[in-house]
Amino acid sequence: MTNLTNVLVPTSADDAAAAFGDGSGVTVVAGGTIVMPDIKLGRLCPERTLYLGRAGLDRIERSGGMCRIGAATPVSALVDGAPEPLATFAAHVGDREVRGQATIGGNLCAPATATFSRGDLQAPLLTLDARIRSAGSTGERTDSIEDFLAAGPDGRLVLEIEVDEPKRAASASVRRPHAHAYTILAVAAAETAAGIRVAIAGAGPRAVRATSVEQALADGASPEDAGQKALDDVDPQDDAIASGNYRRQVLPALVTRALGDLS
Amino acid sequence: MRLTVNGIERELSTRPLDTLLNALREELGITSPKAGCQQGGCGACTVLIDGEPRRSCLTPLVAVDGATVTTVEALGEPGNLSPVQAAFYEQYGLQCGFCTPGFVLATTAMLERNANPSREQILEELVGHVCRCTGYVKIVAAVEAAARGDVSEAALEAGATGPSRREPEVLVPGSPA
Ligand SMILES: Cc1cc2nc3c(=O)[nH]c(=O)nc-3n(C[C@H](O)[C@H](O)[C@H](O)COP(=O)(O)OP(=O)(O)OC[C@H]3O[C@@H](n4cnc5c(N)ncnc54)[C@H](O)[C@@H]3O)c2cc1C
Ligand code: FES
Ligand code: FES
Repeated sequence: MTNLTNVLVPTSADDAAAAFGDGSGVTVVAGGTIVMPDIKLGRLCPERTLYLGRAGLDRIERSGGMCRIGAATPVSALVDGAPEPLATFAAHVGDREVRGQATIGGNLCAPATATFSRGDLQAPLLTLDARIRSAGSTGERTDSIEDFLAAGPDGRLVLEIEVDEPKRAASASVRRPHAHAYTILAVAAAETAAGIRVAIAGAGPRAVRATSVEQALADGASPEDAGQKALDDVDPQDDAIASGNYRRQVLPALVTRALGDLS
Repeated sequence: MRLTVNGIERELSTRPLDTLLNALREELGITSPKAGCQQGGCGACTVLIDGEPRRSCLTPLVAVDGATVTTVEALGEPGNLSPVQAAFYEQYGLQCGFCTPGFVLATTAMLERNANPSREQILEELVGHVCRCTGYVKIVAAVEAAARGDVSEAALEAGATGPSRREPEVLVPGSPA
């Protein structure tokens, strides 16, 4: 490990976990696409920084119906290397240059903002029943993605994300050209051993599971009827790239489209 | 931090968490990467890191320790432009020029991966680059011309001074030229 006056550069996962400790006073920098402007503009003044780019956490392994993804894997590597619907969501993150630099761990841990959503990959991870392996004060542990998102990333260093290979998967999103390549609204759906799961990105500060839609499907609803239920799960807000009203109009149709493609 | 910038090995004293953009502009005086939005949204700061276009405003210096960084300064020089630079010049693919180094580097890297990109591929690959002047039509024309190899000798030699200069000398009264 190198220590460059308060910038720690671990060269293995164990080193990274040791350097992170209980996380107090440590700022993790992975791709830096979110955190660097904050540091540059002085919104964040890290006491100690952990740079993850050399910790060997950038591998994707697929075997036995499972896919394990290192936390510092670049989003671009998921486009060809991860199961659907994660691969399609990865292809839609930002632009080519941002995807090459941004990581899946940074996306998972993206601080929720009131102004726009930037953790798009959380939606496919929710549908794939992801398990999040992380280190922190209580040592290493594995959480379900829902528990992880509910608790937030504070005090945890994500090491690896494990997902099931789905039986089938689909996604639908608003692909409207925009000066900034942020997602307006996107829906992921997948069937794994955990059943059919549906999740929505772009309708709030972070991605959410559409449990009302899932319930309607389980009760035998058509994709059209199940799609209408999405508005019970999220309350889309206005932000710089689209209005809440626009999102409310589009969301049921997107859910219906994803569910139609799933069957 | 040690890195190779435009073929020259450098040891930098810029702090490891400062941006590569800052190190290039402020410590090395390489000013082609522009400080635009400084939050990843405009592409004006794009440089090649180990051959791949990246946002230097989002890149901490610590991430490029040992890497090779290329800016447009290494592509060509006045009188001896690279084909992509010459195509931008010839097709009027720039006006103020603020976005141009980013576009030229991203285009250069794209054509190395894919010598014959479709129009859709060009738009998709360059979507992270914003231009406030040209309206993009002529930028895309320049990229297409560079891909076709449709670049004149005169354009490749644009900007030359002295006896080799092929362009007519245009002197504007009172200008420093
Ligand atoms: C132009 C542009 C377009 C973008 N478009 C999109 C988009 O379409 N969709 C989208 O979802 N996002 C988008 N983003 C946001 C961002 O690029 C992504 O969310 C990206 O995946 C973040 O990853 P990173 O590695 O760069 O994060 P970083 O900036 O390195 O980190 C982000 C946060 O996560 C923490 N963190 C990082 N890794 C870990 C870890 N292993 N354990 C614990 N905490 C960690 C950091 O401390 C920080 O708080 C865009 C950004 C830009 C600049
Ligand atoms: S200055 Fe880096 S993207 Fe705008
Ligand atoms: S030429 Fe002025 S911003 Fe593109």
